[in-house]
Amino acid sequence: MASTRVLARLAVRRTAVRPAGFTRGFASVTDTKAREPISKLGETINPSRPVVPESKTSTVKEPAPAQEAKTKTFHIYRWNPDEPTSKPRMQSYTLDLNKTGPMMLDALIRIKNETDPTLTFRRSCREGICGSCAMNIDGVNTLACLCRIPTDTTQESRIYPLPHMYVVKDLVPDMTLFYKQYRSVKPYLQRTTPAPDGREYRQSKEERKKLDGLYECILCACCSTSCPSYWWNQEEYLGPAVLLQSYRWLADSRDEKTAERQDGLNNSMSLYRCHTILNCSRTCPKGLNPALAIAEIKKSMAFT
Amino acid sequence: MARLSGLQRDVLALYRQCLRAVRDKPAETRANFKELARSEFRQYIGIDRKDFGTIEFLLRRGQRQLETYSDPGIRNVSR
Repeated sequence: MASTRVLARLAVRRTAVRPAGFTRGFASVTDTKAREPISKLGETINPSRPVVPESKTSTVKEPAPAQEAKTKTFHIYRWNPDEPTSKPRMQSYTLDLNKTGPMMLDALIRIKNETDPTLTFRRSCREGICGSCAMNIDGVNTLACLCRIPTDTTQESRIYPLPHMYVVKDLVPDMTLFYKQYRSVKPYLQRTTPAPDGREYRQSKEERKKLDGLYECILCACCSTSCPSYWWNQEEYLGPAVLLQSYRWLADSRDEKTAERQDGLNNSMSLYRCHTILNCSRTCPKGLNPALAIAEIKKSMAFT
Repeated sequence: MARLSGLQRDVLALYRQCLRAVRDKPAETRANFKELARSEFRQYIGIDRKDFGTIEFLLRRGQRQLETYSDPGIRNVSR
């Protein structure tokens, strides 16, 4: 039946007098024999550049699978708010690293896709620009998408949500307070005078250079949640991430509310709970230095 | 009445806040809001009073819910 249809179609093509460019070969499951495209009537290929047949080219082989699977164990923090009386627990998952991407986020996504769809975590860009997948991996706050899975399979990886944050579910922390603090530093340009040329607020190259290492912050909260001072005084101390942003606007040459901004920080809690522990600079997944920014704020406050 | 622990007082304070917040709602739907608040508390009445972690979590969640439902834009609830 199917073969007769194919024959009928071929017959029609032979007889039909149509411009070759108008006809297309249709994909057909019955037509399984691999053919040269040139042999299909409907296809036209530039005859001046003939296609090299497969018999004269090399073959790209699928990478040879490893002899044995590289199985690694992941212990992941689980907690479900729908059962509030149940305690948080550590769930173990094993993955074959040969079938997993190189990053921790790949492992998490693979667990969620293939093993346990109830596993909950935030992720978005998978390339370290959105800051959604911040979590505590093997004791270090980092972005899961920037953290390579240690290939040592004897070591087991442990994944927790960001420390000292309220947990919404599994690896999802409650960032409400963090964002509220960020809002409190007014992270936007504040000016009263119009631009001198009436068009743009211009900066010299040196002034722009001051913002390097500040504007790259993606507010993943890795640094704030690694700071013991922030753990104990979350309500009052702003934390390294927010202070870095605060300094980003203090250092901006176009901003005219520097004095007001400094005034807002001039109390014993907001800024001066930083005791230069430097966990923030050590953990920052983007390689920034919040401790330096805080020190600069302190310096600018001391000399005004 | 027996002396209450801090956590017990927190729970009672939240309950009172919820019942007070009901008064800001339109008169014809107040009963629905009150029923919602009461049922949310009654749902977890059986929790062990030494289960501090759970009670603290439910308190935080309750605060958040109270904040959400206090919005004047919310005029009625139904379940």
